[in-house]
Amino acid sequence: MNVQFRDRPEPASPASVKTAIADCDIHPARATKDELYPFLAGRWHAHLETYGVHAYQGMMEGPPYPKTQPNASRRDAWPPEGGQQGSSLSFMQKQHLDPNHVALGVLNPLGATGQGMRNHDLSAALATAINDWQIEKWTSKDSRLKASVVVANEDGMAAAAEIRRRAGDRNFVQVLLLSRNVEPLGQRRYWPIYQAAEEAGLPVGVHAFGFGGNPITASGWPSYYIEEMVGHSQCQQTALASLVLEGVFERHPKLKMIMIEAGFGWAPSLSWRLDKVFEKLHGEVPHLKRKPSEYIRDHIFWTTQPMEDPERRDHLFDVIDWIGWDKLLFATDYPHWDYDEPSRVLPAGVSDANREAFYLTNALKLYGLA
Amino acid sequence: MARHVIAPVDELPPGTRKFLTIDERPIAIFNINGEFFGLLNRCPHQGAALCEGPLIGLAQSSDPGEIEYTRLGEILRCPWHGWEFDIRTGQSYCDPKKFRTRAYPVNVEPGASVVKGPYVAETLAVSVESDYVVVDL
Ligand code: FES
Repeated sequence: MNVQFRDRPEPASPASVKTAIADCDIHPARATKDELYPFLAGRWHAHLETYGVHAYQGMMEGPPYPKTQPNASRRDAWPPEGGQQGSSLSFMQKQHLDPNHVALGVLNPLGATGQGMRNHDLSAALATAINDWQIEKWTSKDSRLKASVVVANEDGMAAAAEIRRRAGDRNFVQVLLLSRNVEPLGQRRYWPIYQAAEEAGLPVGVHAFGFGGNPITASGWPSYYIEEMVGHSQCQQTALASLVLEGVFERHPKLKMIMIEAGFGWAPSLSWRLDKVFEKLHGEVPHLKRKPSEYIRDHIFWTTQPMEDPERRDHLFDVIDWIGWDKLLFATDYPHWDYDEPSRVLPAGVSDANREAFYLTNALKLYGLA
Repeated sequence: MARHVIAPVDELPPGTRKFLTIDERPIAIFNINGEFFGLLNRCPHQGAALCEGPLIGLAQSSDPGEIEYTRLGEILRCPWHGWEFDIRTGQSYCDPKKFRTRAYPVNVEPGASVVKGPYVAETLAVSVESDYVVVDL
């Protein structure tokens, strides 16, 4: 029999890599609105039902549904049992973790996780609940998955307390921040977060997105989603410049940070420009003992999705040579629509050692799992 | 090129689509308003299964501010990154010179000719009275 007949294709990805990989950006979702309730004190159930959440900005979900694909997710990623894409562990295993040989999957929960809310007590309660939920629903059920410590980012003290609560718990491998905050990320309201992360030995991931109340561009709200997509990298550049210039890395020499889902092709030019003005203006920031580019190259890691896709692959390799093959962390962004298929992202012409670093070993080392 | 009998016509009414594997090749078959189309079910970009994508129209613009939306339901949009393909030809709209997905001719044949023909129909009991969807591969 050579004709098989089905309504839908097999859920497995049609192509996959042969060897183990780390996926440093996976988005787990809640199947139902009240899935967090068991992890929240009764007071907050009542609060959510009565008052809802109050974010720093409107359009909490970003541009309205469906954002290119429903829930900004792959159309083949709806779990068969229902619920939003990314909400079913068994389907995630079958569609992504197993066929793609994911040996390490780092979870970055987005949405109403408590980040970017004006009520800081609710923000802290939601962050703690999301962290408990990640253990209960994901990391305790599949040892390949590791969680991010979600924190009440606008309340540095509460965020630091949550990081200390999770310190030493190997369910967690990083602290999660978002790039759009009330203030640029290097400013002092966020300093307790970096202090606690350095003490806990956890790198801090800065994922594109967030609800700081500011528009994505420096001159206002854009017309198109395509502008928002590229706006994430501009926003990330602001965050990175602020982190360097406010002296975060000077104060925390052991701190590592990861720029997630905002590209990396811009890293050299931002660094060159910072170095050039630093020659002239270093008197304004005498707390910096090194050139801005040196902090960036020593402290920053980059997830690959979305990778810039220049016409000539040697341009991509030039950028990576500047950044360092040891600083890239492979990511798919599963189940989101701009997902990167592991077997198709890296052009030919990469040495075996760099390939392995890119797909797996950089992540294992950074997260202390090697 | 072999011809494969896919299904009796009434199993694929307008608005439906089917995914098949023929000789280990993934194929997507669509019935759009009574016309049948077949495409390789693998996106040339990163390999997504195209049959999961929505059928949309073609948005074109001759001048900024002038938008024309035509060919409603004839453009298949990839379920991952949204590349658009012409269901009639497999041509991509993001980079027509470089990328296309393979299109296969699909026809409706009366049972009498199907039974006679050199067709492959192992999964179907074919009867002379009905019409069948046939794809050339
Ligand atoms: S896989 Fe189809 S557009 Fe990327």
